[in-house]
Amino acid sequence: MQQFVNTTLTGIGQGAIYAAFALALVLIWRSTRVVNFAQGAMAMFTTYLALAVIERGAPYWVALLVALAGGLVLGAGVERLVVRRVAGNEMAAVIVTLGLFVAFQAVASILFGATFKSFPAPVGLQGFTIGSTTVAFTPFTVFILVSVGVVLAGLVALFRFTNVGLRMRATAFSPEVSRLLGVPVGRMLTLGWALAALVGSLAGLLIAGGSLVYPAYMDTVIVYGFVAAVLGGLDSPGGAVVGGLAIGLGLSYVTGYLGSELVPLAALAALVAVLLVRPQGLFARAAARRV
Amino acid sequence: MSTSADTGAEGLTATFPKAALAVRGLTAGYGPVRALDGVDVTAERGHITAVLGANGAGKTTLLRTISGLVRPTAGSVHVDGTDLTAAAAEKIARAGVAHVPEGRGVITELTVEENLRLGALLGSARKRTERTAEDVYTMFPALAERRRRDAHTLSGGERQMLVIGRALVSGPDVLLLDEPSLGLAPRIVSQIFGMLRDLVRETELAILLVEQNARSALSIADVGVVLGLGRVVATAPAAELAADDALRHAYLGF
Repeated sequence: MQQFVNTTLTGIGQGAIYAAFALALVLIWRSTRVVNFAQGAMAMFTTYLALAVIERGAPYWVALLVALAGGLVLGAGVERLVVRRVAGNEMAAVIVTLGLFVAFQAVASILFGATFKSFPAPVGLQGFTIGSTTVAFTPFTVFILVSVGVVLAGLVALFRFTNVGLRMRATAFSPEVSRLLGVPVGRMLTLGWALAALVGSLAGLLIAGGSLVYPAYMDTVIVYGFVAAVLGGLDSPGGAVVGGLAIGLGLSYVTGYLGSELVPLAALAALVAVLLVRPQGLFARAAARRV
Repeated sequence: MSTSADTGAEGLTATFPKAALAVRGLTAGYGPVRALDGVDVTAERGHITAVLGANGAGKTTLLRTISGLVRPTAGSVHVDGTDLTAAAAEKIARAGVAHVPEGRGVITELTVEENLRLGALLGSARKRTERTAEDVYTMFPALAERRRRDAHTLSGGERQMLVIGRALVSGPDVLLLDEPSLGLAPRIVSQIFGMLRDLVRETELAILLVEQNARSALSIADVGVVLGLGRVVATAPAAELAADDALRHAYLGF
């Protein structure tokens, strides 16, 4: 029973991070029909930026803001300078993001070194104690849940209640009609990539917290985030969140009961199962999009 | 009858001094296919100008080129005297041209209210807010009942009402309508056409109406323009076109 509670709590924390990462993939997919394979590498890059700021003596919170702002700029820059040039050719766009993935890792190795470095956490990593037992629920887990929750709530508020959010959704669903309604579609796409990279940066920081970073440390997260996004339906932000939590929980149970060496295999099995049984994902709408 | 296929641009401007939209020598195509070949069309304030012709005559391409979705290879588009030739679609929209595209102008994943809000945002960007979403709900009560529903739940007629309403709250000077009667019951068509007639009577709006259904279109239009294979075959008062048997049989199919 205690093991079940602990694996569940660990899974929720990991799942929240996968949810954020999957959400970043979905935001880009539904507006530009590109699976951004560079998402993890971009998050790795902004995490290294945060680490550089921390190594110069700045507090964690300043580094957090630097990483998020860096994500905004990086996402906007990638869309404007690279992805837009291959717009309309989805295959080319995917290959370009794979190229960026390699390029970011190479640049990070040159700038920050290819060695393992430890990354601090803003709060304690010691589990809370209830009575005499310590559970796998730490102040850092709380930090993960709160920060992901705040970002999710901010995005929901942006999309639901603001004019910019409405224009971004209109652009994602129907770029041509949006242009006829005077919406600056290009700017909305740039903003979408910027916000997605911000969410991705947060996921990168949270994965790194209290752990080690190296240029390839986000590679497995891309896979799990992608599985989560496919599980939820690549078009559905809500689905990405549910998919992320489900993958986090599922992989945590695999680690806890079967062994951590089976985790990548389990993720692959989940991906194949979703694609075979329900390729549109759990939460995709029935209505056809972008006909 | 006298058609203006051979009349120059000056001739047309002299005939229609109140032009809100002036299209001259417009040429456009997809690859080697020339869908429009030197087309002259004028839309006057307070008038409905019907663009008629068979499938493939270039009617839809004409609207898409005016609104900036297709780039012209020659010719010019002026709105209220401003040259908008080859401008970006969003800029043309902000200059006051509302294009209601054929069949799929509704953003079905958004609610009725959100669709109207998009039009109103354009209207306030243009400082033209004389018509609001509430006016549209008064005009089309069916939409008011479904304002919080996703637009994909609407019927064909309701969708057409929504896109016309959305165009109106954007405060346009020129309204481009592509086949508004397509797939709708005759009763709905006459309701929508009657509303368009009232609209141009009450306002300074210029409507350019593309229709396959030539008989109904001519019944509400002031002027008709007949296209054939990308060229203007005839421009004349609607009643005159409807009375021209040879033209009707050759190009309009009734």
